[in-house]
Amino acid sequence: MGELLSMSGVGVSLPGLHRPVDVLKDVTLDVDPGEIVGIAGESGSGKSMTGRALLGLLPDGARVRGSIVFEGTDLAAGSGKAFRKVRGRRIAMVFQDSTAALHPMLTVGTQLTEHMRRHLGLGRRDANARAVQLMEQVRIPDPARALRSYPHQFSGGMRQRIAIAIALAAEPALLIADEPTTALDVTVQAGILRLFDRLVREMDLSIMFITHDLGVLAALANRTYVFYAGRVMETGPTEELLLRAQHPYTGALLSARPETADTGGEPVPLRPIPGQPATAASSPPGCPFHPRCPDRVAVCDQVTPPLVQVSATRVGTREAAHAAACHVHAPAAPVPVAVPAHREGAP
Amino acid sequence: MSLELRDIVVEYRGAHNSMVRAVNGVSLTVEPGKVVGLVGESGCGKSSLARVASGLIKASKGSVLFDGEPVAPLSWQRRPRRELGLQMVFQNPYSSLNPRRRIDAQLLDGVPADVPRRSRRSYVLEQLDRVGVAPDVAGRFPHQFSGGQLQRIAIARALVTRPSVLIADEPVTALDASSQVHVVNTLTQLVRDLDVGMLFISHDLALVRHIADTTAVMYLGKLAETAPTAQLWSQPGHPYTSSLIAAIPQVKAGAGLPVALAGEVPDPANVPTGCAFRPRCPHASDECTREPELWPHRAGRSACWLIHPGTEIPVRPAQPVA
Repeated sequence: MGELLSMSGVGVSLPGLHRPVDVLKDVTLDVDPGEIVGIAGESGSGKSMTGRALLGLLPDGARVRGSIVFEGTDLAAGSGKAFRKVRGRRIAMVFQDSTAALHPMLTVGTQLTEHMRRHLGLGRRDANARAVQLMEQVRIPDPARALRSYPHQFSGGMRQRIAIAIALAAEPALLIADEPTTALDVTVQAGILRLFDRLVREMDLSIMFITHDLGVLAALANRTYVFYAGRVMETGPTEELLLRAQHPYTGALLSARPETADTGGEPVPLRPIPGQPATAASSPPGCPFHPRCPDRVAVCDQVTPPLVQVSATRVGTREAAHAAACHVHAPAAPVPVAVPAHREGAP
Repeated sequence: MSLELRDIVVEYRGAHNSMVRAVNGVSLTVEPGKVVGLVGESGCGKSSLARVASGLIKASKGSVLFDGEPVAPLSWQRRPRRELGLQMVFQNPYSSLNPRRRIDAQLLDGVPADVPRRSRRSYVLEQLDRVGVAPDVAGRFPHQFSGGQLQRIAIARALVTRPSVLIADEPVTALDASSQVHVVNTLTQLVRDLDVGMLFISHDLALVRHIADTTAVMYLGKLAETAPTAQLWSQPGHPYTSSLIAAIPQVKAGAGLPVALAGEVPDPANVPTGCAFRPRCPHASDECTREPELWPHRAGRSACWLIHPGTEIPVRPAQPVA
């Protein structure tokens, strides 16, 4: 159970054309203080919905099941008042598109201090002093001048740093970063990743980092959850999960990724994942990945596999489980499953 | 038939009547059956170059030769038959395909006149089959497909005219990992099977490594380096190339954080003198105030004083920047 955040059995459904559509199914996830937790998945996997559910920013008519316990309070219980209390203050968010996140006609200083005066109750002078400090913390050169400037006067990378400064202004305990580097060039992305890493070490902060790029998580996240069709397919300490992936979906994602290691030799050919990605709304019965899975067996299209622990590793001060939802590679104890012939003897 | 770009310069009018030079003297050749990858950060001029190459805009200076003949920029007049061999695939298939027309109708538009009327439809279906789109969905509208399928349809549309050179500007950037691989593999297969030349433009160096025979790296409107892809990765001849490679996050044991490059891409309206990469370069020295040329470096060429015979610059390792 996460000390900062613990989601358990969270399901989210949105009103659909004919009937409600499930976008998250039975998501159990936790975050400890000072941790960077990665959420990986393709579009439609529910990774962004997870972030939105935490902020209570779901579309109208959304229904949430399960519990979202943050700093001891169940946010999902009640009328949404609990969300308003933490949103922007204890849980903050950084989005992919910093241009849309910042107001184009207000100076950076106004946007930054407004936030602090509202959430921290600071006076103008104190808020200004703190704004300069924050700008230094996110490494914006010449903070005083930057505060007088407008968003369009900055590059994409600098704007994202400003958005991060605004998110950090109220000293949140959890920062949700939804694809914050996807729109940036690699060289700029590298700088932002280093910034996140430094912030977690310098401040009392945890980050939930949502991305489609497993490489980014390899560099940054202590633990990772892999989402597919609104479910957690695999979770574990990031390095363990990526180097010893148990779920065929995680494996497929990795082999579809252009690799850069071992420079010099011929690159390994990219292997596409067959079929179309399922979304939570259109997912088949049983394991949602089964139509595309090379290792599928008879039960896969009938029974949804639960997350089963395959190993445990020590990460920081806690024991972190590596678990996968797969009948074949992480079978639950009572149900014996025959391993398909072509996998036998494979390392 | 090859595509040749010679000393291309593209200028745009900036604020206060100033001129912004987006592309500043780039030469490239795309041979049949070969893939040239063009990489660079946003604002380096790679898309402007693609637009010139395909004749969508006119170069301020320099020439585009297709099969040895100059390519005229698009106008209201029908394109000469010869130039139909030059086709483009754009980044966003949702906007490059007409949402109100069926797929087969859009593809039929481009069928060459020498295909007899009776076999035009089967010719279109053949092209769709080549990119892995089933013939029974040809009568659908674009919104009925996923992004990856649409991009393959956009490629099929380019193929209908029997092109000899394809210009693909960030063709997979908008796609998910699994469809990305499908489209990249489709494009690579076509180049090999049909002996088509391709200029593949991307900001993703890792992806370009998988498909390009030659990779050209652009920085602030100029080529920083061009080399056979394997060499570019194993022995980069320009510090900018090395920085780009070091910035890519990797999945491997003890990967650590990628190395960030100091500073930002300068404003193209105000390019630094000498080597444009100088303010961000970990190896910059006095030499670099003079402009480097693209000098030969092993099997490629690099515009860096480090590889220029006769210059001695102490090599310092790149420093990570927070």
